[in-house]
Amino acid sequence: MAEIPVLKIGDCLLVSIQVDMHDRLALELQDDLTNRIVTERARGVMIDISALEIVDSFIGRMLNNIAAMSRVLDAVTVVVGMRPAVAITLVELGLSLTGVRTALNVDKGLALIRKAIDDPGSALGRREA
Amino acid sequence: MTQGARLVVEKHETVAVRSSDDVVRVRQAVRARSIEAGFGIVDQTKLVTAASEIARNTVDYGGGGTLVIEIVREGARRGVQLTFSDNGPGIADLKVAMTDGYTTGGGLGLGLSGAKRLSNEFSIESTPGKGTTVTLARWKL
Amino acid sequence: MAEEHATMIPQLLAEHEQTLLRDWMESQKKSGALRGGQVSEAELADNSRRLLAGLRGGAATEQFEDITTPVWDQRRTVLEEISRSRATLGLTPAETATFVFSLKEPLFALLREKVGKDPDRLAHEIWVATSLLDKLGLYTVEAFQKTREDIIARQQQELLELSTPVVRLWEGVLALPLIGTLDSARTQIVMESLLEEIVTSGAEIAIIDITGVPTVDTLVAQHLIKTVAAARLMGADCIISGIRPQIAQTIVHLGLELGVVSKATMADAFALALRRLGKAVVDRAPTPQEL
Repeated sequence: MAEIPVLKIGDCLLVSIQVDMHDRLALELQDDLTNRIVTERARGVMIDISALEIVDSFIGRMLNNIAAMSRVLDAVTVVVGMRPAVAITLVELGLSLTGVRTALNVDKGLALIRKAIDDPGSALGRREA
Repeated sequence: MTQGARLVVEKHETVAVRSSDDVVRVRQAVRARSIEAGFGIVDQTKLVTAASEIARNTVDYGGGGTLVIEIVREGARRGVQLTFSDNGPGIADLKVAMTDGYTTGGGLGLGLSGAKRLSNEFSIESTPGKGTTVTLARWKL
Repeated sequence: MAEEHATMIPQLLAEHEQTLLRDWMESQKKSGALRGGQVSEAELADNSRRLLAGLRGGAATEQFEDITTPVWDQRRTVLEEISRSRATLGLTPAETATFVFSLKEPLFALLREKVGKDPDRLAHEIWVATSLLDKLGLYTVEAFQKTREDIIARQQQELLELSTPVVRLWEGVLALPLIGTLDSARTQIVMESLLEEIVTSGAEIAIIDITGVPTVDTLVAQHLIKTVAAARLMGADCIISGIRPQIAQTIVHLGLELGVVSKATMADAFALALRRLGKAVVDRAPTPQEL
């Protein structure tokens, strides 16, 4: 059972990562989210990383995996709240978040998910990080 | 690692790097020392991220090891130097290991090369069968 | 060995502090220390008294050779304060050093009075006094320069911050008009301020205008590309505007891929931003109040 709470808002799952995760916790979150997408029939997954002070290649991989798995399950993943220092470091690190859409905050993230679900043609391809 | 001026170690701390919980501790310790050395938020983040990459390698591939964090001064500039060492299997082909995308573990393969990009100075020594030592440093601009 | 280093200066300073201070003030006034008007007599007296007290304390430690040792810390602080206050009064470092050196005259006079009959002794004492005061005088010059360097560094920082303003053009649109050369340090600060402002304002579009940037080489272009990439990672898009024909040529020539939409003018970029946000500008007759 992951220690990171996953909330359901409508047909979206919202995860807010508040702690400095060790690898095991990250993997548990990955599993937990994938399970819940199926059990809750979620169409969107929003991951709030505004409390994360670093995103290294492991966490990057976790985000990519979640996005890939949710796409297979016909759900959209949006990562929100990335801190400037984290973004700058990721660019320097050379890490690309493939298949992960990003938004500045939770509000915009939900709007992005709505648009992607309701109008897949327009949102697809644009705004991938 | 440095040429010319004398390298003065102002403070040092040793952290065990044996489990994934230790990786979190490494991040916190490196963050704290970087703040002490006067780093801005971006420099802190780059160093902590680099440390996280190498710490993970030490745990996953090196069989566990130690990290020595040093706040150093060279002439007028201050910085933080990290030395990770383990007695694990070592890396056979360093050049290949340092290329982007190279991974034996199914990851993004950015560990070593990524950490190097995030550091001002980076060196790695490895002897198959004996162990690996990675030293990296970041200076306050 | 002990005989060589023994000196009567600590004792002299302790016993004759008031006399020395009086004679020193006299000699300073005579040589025109108050003529410039920057220092008042009261200030001069205060500085002199503090220096003498510091000197007496330092000499009492019997550490003459090295004034950088911890026992001299307090006295060096006195020197730094005197140097700083004189700097703000507009005095040059030479004037402040001269102030320290001017203590030699009354001090040598006192020494001559006490041990004038013993030339070897007198020579030794004068040497000790002069080398100590030389070190202290030079220290005030260093302290002065350090203060100046700190001021310059702070001004440079302020200049840097002033010249990289991020503007909120519209709800959801930021503009960053870059002016001047972009070096590594400046670009990093600029990048950080833009990204921070994106978070604070929640703007999803940032226009980076480089009309005021004279040259764009590989390094500058790389910095721009990284900024754009970081913004996109966070969930915002950038538009680069103000690309002059020469810069466009350079970019193509260098084989650079900006990877972002670019427009010739900020106006064009702004128009594009509004369109993306779903906003339109319409023609309408101005009301009487607006005219």
